[in-house]
Amino acid sequence: MNVLMVFKIAGRALARNTMRSVLTMLGIIIGVGAVIAMVAVGQGAKAQIETQIASIGSNLLMVFPGSTTQGGVHAGSGSVTTLTEDDARAIQKELSSVRLAAPSLRNVAQVVSANQNWSTAVTGSTPEYFVVRDWSFESGGSFTQSDCDGATKVAVVGKTVSTNLFGSQDPIGQIIRIQNVPFKVIGLLAPKGQSAMGQDQDDTVIVPLSTLQKRIMGVTYVQAIMVSANSPEETVTAEGEIQRLLHQRHHIPPGQDDDFTVRNMTDIAAAAEASSQIMTLLLGSIASVSLIVGGIGIMNIMLVSVTERTREIGIRMAVGARSRDILLQFLVEAVVLSLAGGVLGVILGVVSSRIISAFVHWPTIISLSSILLASFFSAAIGVFFGLYPARRAASLDPIEALRYE
Amino acid sequence: MHPLIQIENLWKIYQTGEIELAALKGVSLSISGGEFVAIMGPSGSGKSTMMHILGCLDRPTRGRYLLDGVDVGGLGPNDRAQIRNHKIGFVFQGFNLLHRTTAIENVELPILYDGLSGRERSAKAGEALERVGLGDRRYHYPNQLSGGQQQRVAIARALVMRPPLILADEPTGNLDTRTSIEIMALFQELNRDGITILVVTHEPDIARYAQRVINFRDGTIRSDQPVSHHADAREVLSKEPVESSKETEGETP
Repeated sequence: MNVLMVFKIAGRALARNTMRSVLTMLGIIIGVGAVIAMVAVGQGAKAQIETQIASIGSNLLMVFPGSTTQGGVHAGSGSVTTLTEDDARAIQKELSSVRLAAPSLRNVAQVVSANQNWSTAVTGSTPEYFVVRDWSFESGGSFTQSDCDGATKVAVVGKTVSTNLFGSQDPIGQIIRIQNVPFKVIGLLAPKGQSAMGQDQDDTVIVPLSTLQKRIMGVTYVQAIMVSANSPEETVTAEGEIQRLLHQRHHIPPGQDDDFTVRNMTDIAAAAEASSQIMTLLLGSIASVSLIVGGIGIMNIMLVSVTERTREIGIRMAVGARSRDILLQFLVEAVVLSLAGGVLGVILGVVSSRIISAFVHWPTIISLSSILLASFFSAAIGVFFGLYPARRAASLDPIEALRYE
Repeated sequence: MHPLIQIENLWKIYQTGEIELAALKGVSLSISGGEFVAIMGPSGSGKSTMMHILGCLDRPTRGRYLLDGVDVGGLGPNDRAQIRNHKIGFVFQGFNLLHRTTAIENVELPILYDGLSGRERSAKAGEALERVGLGDRRYHYPNQLSGGQQQRVAIARALVMRPPLILADEPTGNLDTRTSIEIMALFQELNRDGITILVVTHEPDIARYAQRVINFRDGTIRSDQPVSHHADAREVLSKEPVESSKETEGETP
């Protein structure tokens, strides 16, 4: 018996019981659909995290002040104020693996303009900050090094701050007051959206570091130094070099605790990616359970079908069908059921992930591999769950089968 | 020339737990090609068991069975399936056609397991249907055919592989008298063309259309005689009243 004929017979047998076939397939349809849609959601989330991390800058390193122990009390990270603007300058100038280093100091403050006010984070930094963070301007531009040297009262605002203070008006040239100190707005940043941690990155005001230090906070330290390595590959080298340099500058002998920590953004990125990977896996495996349930449905119906068609099996055997012909017939029926279910499931999965994208505004990515995998699995399920009923059919005694009422 | 069927000291013993039941007790039998044999006997006489072994659906516990010179008693299930496919045509009491399957597809069934191409298959099946007088009913489903017509389709299916032997198990059991005689007439025609026909029946009326009657009782052959008043089904038909025409033919129960 040729293969095409086997498929034709299987198709005809299934068409005879359309309603039952469709209901049986439903399990597989839902299973495959769920796997594809869930994996699409997971992949979409992963891709979103990746682009967000890329928006931070992939070759980014952060230097934070370290923790200190005073009289047996271990204070938290950032409790020391040993990091200075000079450290940042030294990192940028002396290290070959480093392209740029921008010190930063943050202070939450009320920003006032005319009759509007808005609480936001005010960051003090150097012009390198915009380069390190790969941040472009929608209008206006950055302050300069001489602004930093002279502690000029100029500010660059993020989109959220601008909208809240000035509405749709152009903020350039406007005066804002930060803790009663007037600043002239000279630049508006291009919107960056949410960060990987869910913060609104555009809710910010950036001013020259020295201005913030001297005129608002009255401090001399910085809270972080953002370092951009020459390339993502050189981040590890840069990390080591920064540690060596700061040991030297801060006079830390070997064996003593560092008063700073260097964090590599690629590590953070990897962690975020890993968590989204786990989410995809979790969603996918929950969906796979329904695929298995669908397979059991097929097995159930095939067993019923074998019993119902005992006489047919007997007739086929009497006219010369071998056991393996019968086995093949029922196995192919199960596979056709599950494959057809798989194909419809792929369609359902694609459609439902589109719907999720459109209505819930979750990004979804349908990967070819998840479609291929789902199709392969549905066929495999057909074989796996169809084998037992098919073997039962093939092992029937022709005499008994012919007598079956 | 060797006989078509040669059986020597055939035993069939069924084992049910501790109890052994001998359905056939050392049967020997020889049937030549071209014979028309009726096998008779009450239920439990072993005639059904005999039929199953002759049809290669079952294998004997002891003894030899040569079909067309081949010892088929010891063959495995796949070889027996092939023997059934090539050498034997089955006709059953309940017709045993596949439901929701057209007449021609039912007839094609044995060819399917022989692996012929689609065109050859339908040509052969069409021929067989013509042979039983149902050339115009190819695409009818069994439930659209009368009992007699269904049995003709079953006979066409038995014929289609041109086997030397047709085994019919109570072929007229579900049919009215006139249709029964028509079916026997068809068997007689096929027999004249050289096909060996074995009919299992408990009706002496049907047995008289055969040339030889073998009586089974308690697992042995009690008598084996030629039919003295051999009847020709066509002749009988012409004398039958015409009232039970094809239209009023009994449907399958």
